[in-house]
Amino acid sequence: MSRILAIFKKEFKGYFNSLMAYFFIVVFLGVVNFIFIWFVLFPSKQASLREYFEFFIYGLWIFVPAITMRTWAEERKLKTDELLLTLPVRDYEAVLGKYFASLAFLCLVLALSALAPISVALVGSPDWGPIFAGYLGLFLLGASFAAIGTAASSMTENQFIAFLLTVVICVGLLAIEELCAMLPLPDFLVFLVTFLDVGHHFNSIGRGVIDSRDVIYYLSVIAFFLFLNVRAVERRKWA
Amino acid sequence: MIEVQNITKRFGPITAVNGVSFEVQKGEVVGFLGPNGAGKTTIMRILTGFIPATDGTAKLAGYDVFENSLEVRKRVGYLPENAPLYLDMGVVEFLDYIASVRNIPPEKRKASLERMIDVCGLQAVLKQEISELSHGFRQRVGMAQAMIHDPEILIMDEPTSGLDPNQIIGIRSLIKELGQEKTVILSTHILSEVEATCSRVIIIDRGKIVADGSLDEVTKRGKKGKVHHLRVRGDRPAWENKLKSLAGVRSFTWKEEEGGLNLYEVFTEGDRALGEELFRLAADSGMTLAELYQEKTTLENVFTQLTQKES
Repeated sequence: MSRILAIFKKEFKGYFNSLMAYFFIVVFLGVVNFIFIWFVLFPSKQASLREYFEFFIYGLWIFVPAITMRTWAEERKLKTDELLLTLPVRDYEAVLGKYFASLAFLCLVLALSALAPISVALVGSPDWGPIFAGYLGLFLLGASFAAIGTAASSMTENQFIAFLLTVVICVGLLAIEELCAMLPLPDFLVFLVTFLDVGHHFNSIGRGVIDSRDVIYYLSVIAFFLFLNVRAVERRKWA
Repeated sequence: MIEVQNITKRFGPITAVNGVSFEVQKGEVVGFLGPNGAGKTTIMRILTGFIPATDGTAKLAGYDVFENSLEVRKRVGYLPENAPLYLDMGVVEFLDYIASVRNIPPEKRKASLERMIDVCGLQAVLKQEISELSHGFRQRVGMAQAMIHDPEILIMDEPTSGLDPNQIIGIRSLIKELGQEKTVILSTHILSEVEATCSRVIIIDRGKIVADGSLDEVTKRGKKGKVHHLRVRGDRPAWENKLKSLAGVRSFTWKEEEGGLNLYEVFTEGDRALGEELFRLAADSGMTLAELYQEKTTLENVFTQLTQKES
């Protein structure tokens, strides 16, 4: 546990060592706040948090891969993986330490992005339920993307490839329902596809309904990709 | 301290390490010597638990590398090839990170950090980021990282590569000092390094151990018998007859003539030195002996002999 914590601290601090991270934060917050102003502050009549959250998702699938892409790819490139993995650390501890660091960074950015909506809400009469549910949904979605991103990063030593791979998987999972809607699929497949779609699960949380099925879905996506991540790190042993 | 039995490592069709066995006692400084690609790094990676062997077993400090990898890694300090480091970290920050992952309790951490800074001579670069450091200092930070937990066993892959002569001398004396209480394995392809630091040498070629022993033992193994160089005046047949009749001479070859002086190489039987006999021979027969010396077998001779590719 203390080893996970040590790696977590180092990785989390590491995010602030690179200028890129600040750049992404600024751009991301800029876009998100712009969307907020556009859709919520100047709405036709109805303040639409739903649309705000939906556009937020588009920010996430670019932002999260950008922050996770270096996680493992850089270790492989600098050969520091040999240093890290010969310390008395289990492979999964290193994977978790790094993953939690990306989660913490994600939380930080989500918190910063929430400043505008919350300050506006405080002026009016806020309906806190949907705001919290929406942010919980964003967090779960971002956490899933982060698991995908760190896993993709562990499969290559090229950060850019890690980034692209993550974006492709994230977008694939977001769009799978829409894509498959065009195909004549049997009922049980439609059910499966709907279940696999990340966006689908986000929508119900965004409506303010926290269903355990959705939470379990996200947790299983995270677990699956962390498992892949550990296997990819262990891959050196089977080469 | 280290027991390696029959370790083999295959990467697909390539056999990088082929049935290597050796033992290292506490307090030994062992040099792995071999041409590039001989398998030195692979053996070290297996010993440190980075990759598993395809076959065979290795025990360090009483623990099996494969079954008890974590226990082994706690007791081993490892400096990988080229000292890979996190470039975006500061020197102190990095060492502190390693100390915390290694679970050195916070109250002892400062002391062990200071000891490493002192031992590895890092005072000058404490405030710097690792990316700004010269190769020599990076290597030293790598050493500090490997020793911060005061390990029983130190494994270093080419600890002096890329350093300038002064730094090399510094690192070597450091290794010698460490060898008094720790077990050290280092790899190199610089022969003088082994001569300067190691009490024992293991020569590896194409994945196999071709020589293992103290420096003296290994250098003796190189050539059968001793070689004397002899520069003499006088006609060749007379000399050659005398040499033939001298007891202890296995064979000799005429090398060259220069200014009336003939140069011979005389090979002796067994381990006998014939310097005195050769001198007597010349003196008794009244012939002129201009030069006589015994060729020293150096590690370099042995190394080339043992590792040259048959082509």
